[in-house]
Amino acid sequence: MQTLKLRHRAVGPLKGKRNTGIVGVVASGNCEALFERTPSEKTCEVDIRTSVVGFDEVWKLVVADFVERASPGGIRVSINDGGATPDVVMLRLMQGAALMEGN
Amino acid sequence: MTGTHASNQRSSSSSAESAGSKVLDQAGMSWFLATARHRVENLFEPGSFVEFLPPSERVVSPHLDTFGLPSAFDDGVIVGRARLDGTDVLVAAQEGQFMGGTFAEVSGAKLVGLLRAARDNAELPRAVLLLLDSGGVRLQEANAGELAVAEVMRAVTEARSAGVVVVAAVGGRAGAFGGAGLTAATCSAIVVSEQGRIGVTGPEVIETNKGVEEFDSKDKALVWSVVGGRNRRLLGGADIYAEDSFDGFRKAIGEALKRASPFSLKSLRAEQKRLAKRAKRFAACEQAVDMWKELRVPDPAAIRDMDDASFIALLEKHGETSHDAR
Repeated sequence: MQTLKLRHRAVGPLKGKRNTGIVGVVASGNCEALFERTPSEKTCEVDIRTSVVGFDEVWKLVVADFVERASPGGIRVSINDGGATPDVVMLRLMQGAALMEGN
Repeated sequence: MTGTHASNQRSSSSSAESAGSKVLDQAGMSWFLATARHRVENLFEPGSFVEFLPPSERVVSPHLDTFGLPSAFDDGVIVGRARLDGTDVLVAAQEGQFMGGTFAEVSGAKLVGLLRAARDNAELPRAVLLLLDSGGVRLQEANAGELAVAEVMRAVTEARSAGVVVVAAVGGRAGAFGGAGLTAATCSAIVVSEQGRIGVTGPEVIETNKGVEEFDSKDKALVWSVVGGRNRRLLGGADIYAEDSFDGFRKAIGEALKRASPFSLKSLRAEQKRLAKRAKRFAACEQAVDMWKELRVPDPAAIRDMDDASFIALLEKHGETSHDAR
């Protein structure tokens, strides 16, 4: 198992009032992403637990892209990965952000 | 059966497209395809579901990490309370996609805890729904899993003795096998859809142990004719048949809550009698179709291809029922 801890600065806090939310399932080719609010206004923390090693760079790129798109300041995302492809990871991240924003 | 998957890819109706992110028609959406979380969030009265030990508590398996396997924040079981058409219920939902929805140390303890809470606290809802979706024990934590199954079965019967109605609902991708099949059998009533499968030993396991001549697990029509929801309901292995949708399960579970028989020595004796009669009646049957013939179903070969409405109509005349048993 590998743990990746990525830290980003977002432009601003993620909208919405929901405190926690979870999307996805730990299944083959899928992942679950737990979203929680943190006191920080602009920091976005993404912690990833995966059994598939060697894809650090891809995770970094996908998460950086997500931070740019969603501006998830004040959010901690904890991912349990079941071997999700980058597009599925991005889908889960955007889905989680939408859930927290209450859309 | 081979048409099962295709028939489930039901597209959402136009009414659902009106509201922003509500892309899916929740009422008509397939139960079979939904996740456990989706089930608990959409089966009940809106906003009524409250989760115990939610994912943010991170009550995860203490064992999976040792095997280099990822954990899930709810260990594949969601427990809580909710309201179903005006009735307060406790609910547990297994996530069939995570490790096959298996019984393990934490997921088992969540089920046992919920059932024991119902048993011991008269102020809690007097109904427990088990939305089963599991292949049985999680092999990586087999000892804890087997114990969990035994504890869950005991807890179900103890809760029933205390006057709690326990309803099992089966219609997910993993079905209800192994410990989940055993658990279902201890409940007050079983709800099943066409897609739902109930058994103890799964088709692949039978094939591995007895050979492909005994049971071909890749023959989906054969598998469903034996363990599938329609056969189970026709023979009385399940009590109420649900259409594969949220509306279908809501309706069927509501009916199960009303119809569930009390748990007593009398009902156990009736159940024993019913099972003995069934074993005798169908003993000579080689195939599921033979059993349906024995039930005097007019065109038994047509059962697997008919739609749910026709099947429900047929059940009124030919399904085995069990008013005083279970």
